[in-house]
Amino acid sequence: MKNLSKKQTSWWKSGLPWVWLNGGAVAVCMLMVLGLLGLIASRGFGHFWPADIMQTKVTEMDGSQQIIMGEVVRAETIPASVARDSGYEIPEEQLLVTRHLFKLGNRDVTGRDFVWYLENGMDEWTYPEDAIVIERREWGNFYGYPVAIREQDKVVAELLDENFWEEMQSRLERALMLHHQVEVIEKSRIGAINNAMEELRLERRRLELSGATAEVLSLADANISERRAALEAEYSVIKQERDDLLQQATRDKLVAKTADGKELVMSFDHLVRITPSNQLSLVEKTVSYFQYFWAFMTDEPREANTEGGIFPAIFGTVTMVIVMSIIVTPFGVLAAIYLREYAKQGVMLKIIRISVYNLAGVPSIVYGVFGLGFFVYTLGGNLDELFYAESLPSPTFGTPGLFWASLTLALLTLPIVIVSTEEGLSRIPSTIRQGSLALGATKSETLWKVVVPLATPAMMTGLILAIARAAGEVAPLMLVGVVKLAPSLPIDGVYPYLHLDQKIMHLGFHIYDVGFQSPNVEAARSLVYATSLVLVLLIIALNITAIRIRNNLREKYRSASD
Amino acid sequence: MTSSSNLESTKLEVKSLNLYYGEKRALNNVSMVIPEKKVTAFIGPSGCGKSTLLRCFNRMNDLVDGCRIEGEILLDGSNIYDKKVDVAELRRQVGMVFQKPNPFPKTIYENVAYGLRLQGVKSKRVLDEVVEKSLKGAALWEEVKDRLHDNAFGLSGGQQQRLVIARAIAIEPEVILLDEPASALDPISTLKIEELINELKHQYTIVIVTHNMQQAARVSDYTAFMYMGDLIEHDLTDKLFTNPGKKQTEDYITGRYG
Repeated sequence: MKNLSKKQTSWWKSGLPWVWLNGGAVAVCMLMVLGLLGLIASRGFGHFWPADIMQTKVTEMDGSQQIIMGEVVRAETIPASVARDSGYEIPEEQLLVTRHLFKLGNRDVTGRDFVWYLENGMDEWTYPEDAIVIERREWGNFYGYPVAIREQDKVVAELLDENFWEEMQSRLERALMLHHQVEVIEKSRIGAINNAMEELRLERRRLELSGATAEVLSLADANISERRAALEAEYSVIKQERDDLLQQATRDKLVAKTADGKELVMSFDHLVRITPSNQLSLVEKTVSYFQYFWAFMTDEPREANTEGGIFPAIFGTVTMVIVMSIIVTPFGVLAAIYLREYAKQGVMLKIIRISVYNLAGVPSIVYGVFGLGFFVYTLGGNLDELFYAESLPSPTFGTPGLFWASLTLALLTLPIVIVSTEEGLSRIPSTIRQGSLALGATKSETLWKVVVPLATPAMMTGLILAIARAAGEVAPLMLVGVVKLAPSLPIDGVYPYLHLDQKIMHLGFHIYDVGFQSPNVEAARSLVYATSLVLVLLIIALNITAIRIRNNLREKYRSASD
Repeated sequence: MTSSSNLESTKLEVKSLNLYYGEKRALNNVSMVIPEKKVTAFIGPSGCGKSTLLRCFNRMNDLVDGCRIEGEILLDGSNIYDKKVDVAELRRQVGMVFQKPNPFPKTIYENVAYGLRLQGVKSKRVLDEVVEKSLKGAALWEEVKDRLHDNAFGLSGGQQQRLVIARAIAIEPEVILLDEPASALDPISTLKIEELINELKHQYTIVIVTHNMQQAARVSDYTAFMYMGDLIEHDLTDKLFTNPGKKQTEDYITGRYG
């Protein structure tokens, strides 16, 4: 009888190695992705946790002792000989020494922000209850103890007073509100007057360029100077209002002292946030964590991007990606429809197709150079001469800006959209086309009423890939419109609301700038992670939106492609 | 059947038609007459050219690369392969239903209204009327009247096929070409389609291609048997099935090949 029991086929022949190989590849990919995301998430999210404020006594290189206060950043172990070489006194028998990096803040007092101290000669660490960390608009963080609150020059509360902490927070809130009001006035009302002034100047210049006679010009001049005077009068009123607010804001002052006893008077106007970290419970810390995270997402950057938030960068990235999508989708879809539906299949078409596919492989910096040379200088320069002659020699579109950045990215992502649209079109069953043709539809009616709607999910897929690629691109953008600090957002309340000529900030470039161009490397480190985290989250959000749209479309046209 | 033959007039006339796919000849000198308001069935083994011939009547073969035609097909006496003929206009007069149901990714209502909208009909009243009439004509109205604005893909295969027929009759063609309309359907749906064909022949000239000889016998007035690109025999259905004039036809209908 034949033996039906499982044969001892060799492990090699059973095909299992393949399964393991394939599974292994997936596992390695997952590990890498999770590792990257994990690193970014842990460092990025950690940035916002209110750290305890530590105080201790340390020994400087020259033997002098000093009290310091700040946050512990990290520690590392170095060979004792290295420390000895740089002048520390280390006992002979010790081979390794540990040193700690502290964030001491108080740049205005000591001039040192982040400092390493050896563990040798260090006292025990204490976490004083009354210690506070103050985030300021200038000079970075302050670490120390509050002493008193002054209104004008009169002390209204002292540290030991019962209501001192509440008083401090409520006065801070008042100062923040006033500051916000000043900001609104400066941004919108004074901004509007500046715009109107500039418009007057351009109007005058336009008249001049149009070759108006001296008579007309002098008439216009009279009219313009009248309007200018009105604007100036309005401006002085607003300016007075603003100055009053500023005056009010400087009413309250906080007296604080550093760990080693130096006293400091700060106007509440210059403070952003006061956190008595060591007093906070876990819940309060969590609340403060989210407040800080929210502020990071919604504030403008300060101090050469090393402090404050990243809102303009988020806004710029999203605006740029949206403008890019608006440009690339019709272009890509139309090109793909022509290639797939109308073009005569032949050598020429093959060459075109290969060229399009190869565009996807061109290094992105090349697109940047092309964008700068062709879009910005050639196209933009000509646009300026034709439509914005009055503001020359200062360029309007002849300089890097939002539109050119979006257009360059659109060019960069065009192959992706073309390829996926073509795939989508080729998958539409021919019976559907024939059904439409048999009802007396022409080819273009069939295309636009039946085939293209069916191919929309594929177009969305292309757009999703394009968005993912575009949102993460940095190199070409540095050349065509992204800057480290843009004075205003590309969308605002001033006509024409969307300012395509404006320079924008971008999360990817922000990471580069903060991480590698910053004067304060240590302060920037955690910001880089936090910004990367936001960029990744943003790309995920954009993708999820697009994927949802696509799935809706797919659902709608479900069985047609079965 | 024979008694009425004198009264019937010619709707379509095929005159020595040759069709080539590149070098390959798919139809050999076919000539035939298709009478008005009758059902004509094309039978024959796979690849005999019956679908190809059917697709000549509304010039669907124009879509095939390298397809070339010699000869004439007259619709009401005028050649549809004339250079002056507007193909879209021709297809409005000669509608077609395909083997696999192919509704558009639209609502039931929009599927039926599609042809009218192409012709520029915008009036809601007219569209409503035609949609109802066509769906009734295709024996589908009772099943879908409460969900006209649902997606057509929600219908069963048989319903989809009747929807496609409704879509075809909505633009009031003179001829309806059916290319194996029931081959992808279950027996009950098939029966419904056959009943429908019996209804439709009072109004339309119908040409149907089928693999199923019982079906041809059940629904058609005339039957044409084709083999290898040749029209072997074309006669009244009763006569062709009971007393075939050619040996080849007899072999085929008695199941000796194909």
